[in-house]
Amino acid sequence: MRRTELGLWIGVAVVLASFAIPWFLWGSATVVAGLPMWLWWHVGWMGLASIVFWVFTRRAWGIGIEPGGRNASEAARGRTDAARGSDAGGESP
Amino acid sequence: MNAVTLQLAIIVGYLLIALAVGLVAYRLTERTAEDFYLASRTLGTVVLLFTTFATLLSAFTFFAGPNIAYANGPEWVLVMGLMDGIIFAVLWYVIGYKQWLLGQQYGYVTLGEMLGDRFGSRWLRGLVAGVSLLWLFPYVMLQQVGAGTALEALTEGTVSYAAGAGLITAFMILYVVAAGMRGIAWTDTIQGAFMLITTWAALLWVLAAVGGPGAATEALASNPDTAGFLSLGGGVYSVPWILSTAITIGFGVAMFPQVNQRFFAAGSRRVLQRSFALWPILCVLLFVPSFMLGAWAAGLGVAVPDGANVLPIVLAEYTPLWFAALIIAGAMAAMMSSSDSMLLSGSSYFTRDLYRPFVDRTLSDRREDLLARGGVVIFATAAFVASLFQPATLFEIGEAAFSGFAQLALPVLLALYWRRTTRAGITAGILSSQAFYMMSLFLAIVPGSYAGWSAGLVGMGLSLLVTAAVSLVTTPAAAERRAIYFDKLGAD
Repeated sequence: MRRTELGLWIGVAVVLASFAIPWFLWGSATVVAGLPMWLWWHVGWMGLASIVFWVFTRRAWGIGIEPGGRNASEAARGRTDAARGSDAGGESP
Repeated sequence: MNAVTLQLAIIVGYLLIALAVGLVAYRLTERTAEDFYLASRTLGTVVLLFTTFATLLSAFTFFAGPNIAYANGPEWVLVMGLMDGIIFAVLWYVIGYKQWLLGQQYGYVTLGEMLGDRFGSRWLRGLVAGVSLLWLFPYVMLQQVGAGTALEALTEGTVSYAAGAGLITAFMILYVVAAGMRGIAWTDTIQGAFMLITTWAALLWVLAAVGGPGAATEALASNPDTAGFLSLGGGVYSVPWILSTAITIGFGVAMFPQVNQRFFAAGSRRVLQRSFALWPILCVLLFVPSFMLGAWAAGLGVAVPDGANVLPIVLAEYTPLWFAALIIAGAMAAMMSSSDSMLLSGSSYFTRDLYRPFVDRTLSDRREDLLARGGVVIFATAAFVASLFQPATLFEIGEAAFSGFAQLALPVLLALYWRRTTRAGITAGILSSQAFYMMSLFLAIVPGSYAGWSAGLVGMGLSLLVTAAVSLVTTPAAAERRAIYFDKLGAD
């Protein structure tokens, strides 16, 4: 299950990287509202990337890195922050 | 007040503000290397985001980026977005988060230290530091050359190139030695916010003067020299070129000492998460205005002499004197904000991974802190002397630095995620790809490009293959501590 989820997120990362440049508009010079269409796509896509990254931090942070999945990640979060004695913007465990 | 006096006044003003911030940071700094190099791993989201941003992107975004867009069209925005906004952000998680966890658990301060500990080898540690310093040193020199040239041009020769580069170097030494990472990160934050605001103000100002983005783009399309700029691709922007550039620089950035070290410096997991999610938006917010200004300048027929930078000339043409002066001063500060971080990291690699393991293993914390500051002075002075002679070979190495660092990225990734990686494997991977890439730079018989794909990208492939192949046929050395990266991480 955890492996499937990891594979899914790797796929998401590859798709995000692949379409940061709109290859399907190659050679196109269409201008929309003063800027090339391909630039609008790129700006929108980077906005989307930010949203996807945010969702990732909420749902799957730690995947592929911390053994045992999200629960372990949350336990570790509490421990690490507590161990450092600082809570610079950190959540309580 | 004329333009030169105004610009100098603004630059001096910036230096004074930076100094004040540095002094406050100095008062808060503990006398340990960890605090000096990493601000004791306490950076918050805004500071981490902007310090990474200012260190990584500032001078390039002001000068080189708009120049490229002016000469070849604005597609460079896409390269930046892909390499920094997406590839680097993903590496920020894949390499950076794991590094952060390891740093929290074992107290690592440098990349070499982290690898040397896992593979039980001070030679590997020294190798990583040596390779990093090899690429970093000429890159620092390039910044000093840039600052010296800019000051000379700005003062119309009153301040000579050597005096300009020397002044900037002296200020940086003073500043870095006193303020350490905390001071640098704070001034970077001011710097980053300043750049973001002024770049947008510049864009709006120029667009208001020329009649909006529609008119500016129309000028681009109707000018025969630039009519091809609007369509995606063409000219230098081929598919292999775009991908080679974005991938090598994106991976190279993650191994650049001053950027890589920031992976260790976050105050908490939440800080990393927030920074990661905000990164692509921040990139696009800066790249689009500055690079479009460069491209639009070409369409509007703004004349730029050979070797000059586009952005200052556009601003001089369309915005008031004081505003253009402010931006130029900001750009100078941007160069310094990159260089000071490089000096700090260069010093840490030198003291931590070369001096400590090979010269004096029993170095105390207090002494290491002193040595770290001495390292800054040595590193900066040596780069300054080199910048006076302007040796052609060092220029070439400095300009190839991103791809040089990229050769380290895949062996490091394998080490972090593949249990079978052995000391012999990673060492062979690093040595072979570095040798190959160096030869592609300097030996005519090794080509610099392969059917459009750059030697940097081919070298990355080589590093991956050699690391994996040698790891498969060798057994782990007795001193290797594989468990560090896998079994204990994130759990007691």
